[in-house]
Amino acid sequence: MKIQTLKDLEKIKAESLASLELRNEVAPDTGDETCGLEKGTDHIQILTCGGTGCKASDSAEIAARIKDCLKQFGVEDKVEVITTGCFGFCEKGPIVKVMPDNTFYTKVKPEDAAEIVKEHIIGGRRVQRLLYIDPETNASVNDSKHMNFYRKQVRIALRNCGLIDPENIREYIARDGYMSLADCILTKTPAEVIDVVKRSGLRGRGGAGFPTGNKWEFASKSNSDIKYVVCNADEGDPGAFMDRSIMEGDPNSIIEAMAICGYAIGAKYGLIYVRAEYPLAIHRLKTAIGQAHELGLLGDNILGTGFSFDITIRYGAGAFVCGEETALIHSMEGKRGEPTLKPPFPAVEGYRKYPTNVNNVETWANIPVIFQKGPDWFASIGTEKSKGTKVFALAGKINNVGLIEVPMGTTLREVIYEIGGGIKNGKKFKAVQTGGPSGGCLTEKHLDIPIDYESLGAAGSMMGSGGMIVMDEDNCMVQVARFYLGFIVEESCGKCAPCRIGNKRMLEILDKIVAGKGTVEDLDKLEDLANVIKDASLCGLGQTSPNPVLSTLANFRDEYMEHVVEKKCRAKQCMSMLNYIIEPDRCVGCHLCAKNCPVEAISGELKQKHVIDQQKCIKCGTCMSNCRLHAISLK
Amino acid sequence: MESNKISCAAIAKIKEICEAHNNDAGELINILHETQNTLGYLPREVQVEVAKNLNIPATRVNGVVSFYAFFTEKPKGKHPISVCLGTACYVRGSDKVLEEVKKVLGIEVGETTPDGVFSLDCLRCVGACGLAPVLTISGKVYGNVDPKNVRKILENPEFTK
Repeated sequence: MKIQTLKDLEKIKAESLASLELRNEVAPDTGDETCGLEKGTDHIQILTCGGTGCKASDSAEIAARIKDCLKQFGVEDKVEVITTGCFGFCEKGPIVKVMPDNTFYTKVKPEDAAEIVKEHIIGGRRVQRLLYIDPETNASVNDSKHMNFYRKQVRIALRNCGLIDPENIREYIARDGYMSLADCILTKTPAEVIDVVKRSGLRGRGGAGFPTGNKWEFASKSNSDIKYVVCNADEGDPGAFMDRSIMEGDPNSIIEAMAICGYAIGAKYGLIYVRAEYPLAIHRLKTAIGQAHELGLLGDNILGTGFSFDITIRYGAGAFVCGEETALIHSMEGKRGEPTLKPPFPAVEGYRKYPTNVNNVETWANIPVIFQKGPDWFASIGTEKSKGTKVFALAGKINNVGLIEVPMGTTLREVIYEIGGGIKNGKKFKAVQTGGPSGGCLTEKHLDIPIDYESLGAAGSMMGSGGMIVMDEDNCMVQVARFYLGFIVEESCGKCAPCRIGNKRMLEILDKIVAGKGTVEDLDKLEDLANVIKDASLCGLGQTSPNPVLSTLANFRDEYMEHVVEKKCRAKQCMSMLNYIIEPDRCVGCHLCAKNCPVEAISGELKQKHVIDQQKCIKCGTCMSNCRLHAISLK
Repeated sequence: MESNKISCAAIAKIKEICEAHNNDAGELINILHETQNTLGYLPREVQVEVAKNLNIPATRVNGVVSFYAFFTEKPKGKHPISVCLGTACYVRGSDKVLEEVKKVLGIEVGETTPDGVFSLDCLRCVGACGLAPVLTISGKVYGNVDPKNVRKILENPEFTK
């Protein structure tokens, strides 16, 4: 069936609404402990997470076993199993949610499937051992609303992730999907559409934070019959998975938003540039594009308005620099992804020399809601200059690893300690890194700054696309800087000398420091080089590449000094500064270490204390892994 | 450059892929993706063949192949291993996991074991950060990998079958 009028669209929405109402979390918490079919409901939905993280832990198998089990009990007509996008709480995955019982099961294994069906669905008793345990009160929590992880979150870009079936466009429509597109093309002029986006204050979520409405306006003013709308889904920041989760969990929001932009700037063609490493996201996008076509929400003459728009997918091939928009455009043209100087801006001369508007996945995901709820509503969330919310992939040494979305202005402390649940294994917080390889490491003293573009920039980091990595006392900051620089050296496209050569020299200096051969002058050299690279590089990648080094030098100078002066690594990560030592009071002289040492560096008679000759030792660690008495330590 | 090392079937397949993309050089990356999917890797002879079909210099094809990490000029092992070096895995010690894999297999990153069973690569973020550090073998994700368990994972008889 093709949707030809607004009425057709509203009809589909009405038809699909009932199925989604079950998933409404607003049902009052009555303290009613019964659940499942016992409660007298004749329709239950079991939501299983189909995001990459949970899939890696067999969530597809869980769903299959639940389905089998439902059949065994003959209740498959009453209980539906739906695969959704990411719930966000990856630490506790795989997640299974039962609605309308508001029950959130964590760390589910395929072998738990039968028990969920037997106990919860048939028996009417929640499976207590799979419920989330609040680490503060030690009490089990049934529903996600009462978990600290979710309490402070405001989900706009992630509104449909973990709620709808991303492979069913009707569920998206039931959530007011494509209503914004209909509203724009039926009742607004392109100029009015751009005005709404401008008034919302939305800024690019890819990192730089350029006002989206202004970007659209530039592209709309370029005079050309052919224009392109591009979705930048080349999420290259190592350790970030915001965009992938949106594509996997709510692909239609991207499609709808791109079509709205197409109408606003006068473009008929859309391109999604997505990493080839994201097979599931590609599959979901293709499915969504296919379904939108079937319903006539993409293609010619959408809703009978004469507006036509189509989307094709382009694959990236693993190059971080392709996140930069000019490089991305060259890559889509089948070339090496090397950036070029701006101007000309893509809005004037982009893909195949035609005006092109590029926005990032998360930016797109915000657009439909801005039209649904109005620009003033959106602008009321966040801070003065940074409106709305931001999605972060919270990872590293934190208790609650996952995908979160918070209003701009939330502090890093709230994110790390309330949502993130603090540092893993009771260790001490050391640093938080935002902005990926272009960002910086912030410390304890920055924890109370609000998350917005300006504040993070002023503190020496940046918003970036949303990676947020937490580090503890066991992480060596020199090694962390070296890690990011190693990434940049590998990913630098090589076009301009400051980035290609400068970063390589910086990496060599860091290698030297880590090897215990650094000097105080090296630190000055690092700083000089970093500033030159920052000023002289051609593109955003190069200009921001020294940030991890500069921010660690600024915030952890004492740690660098220890490395170069005392040759000491407090985090015990730099092997050159550590020695394997046999603790005399623990050694019983079993000779096992000496027998296994590949370089015969250990001496000692049987039943006598053994000693390692540090001159001979190659620090392979064989002795340590062979000692049954844990008498060997790294110091 | 002679292109006598690849089979006629491969040459025909490359021609078919290029034609499906109208022999348009702008589609080069998509063409290389499909070719790699079909043939497994992109040796010099294959690149020359693609260049001929698209009527562009072979250097341009090689420029693209060597630029992008996803394209490989060497055949992969039967069970390709990728160790995640995304930041989340790195701060939880994936560099040590990588060292252990190298030690156990006796190969460097980008190499294949002499018996052709394993090849080793690094990647940046699988997206299973909750399971960090992770590695993947033939696409299957192994989470919370401790360097001590690497040998056990690799010695699974399934891989040498």
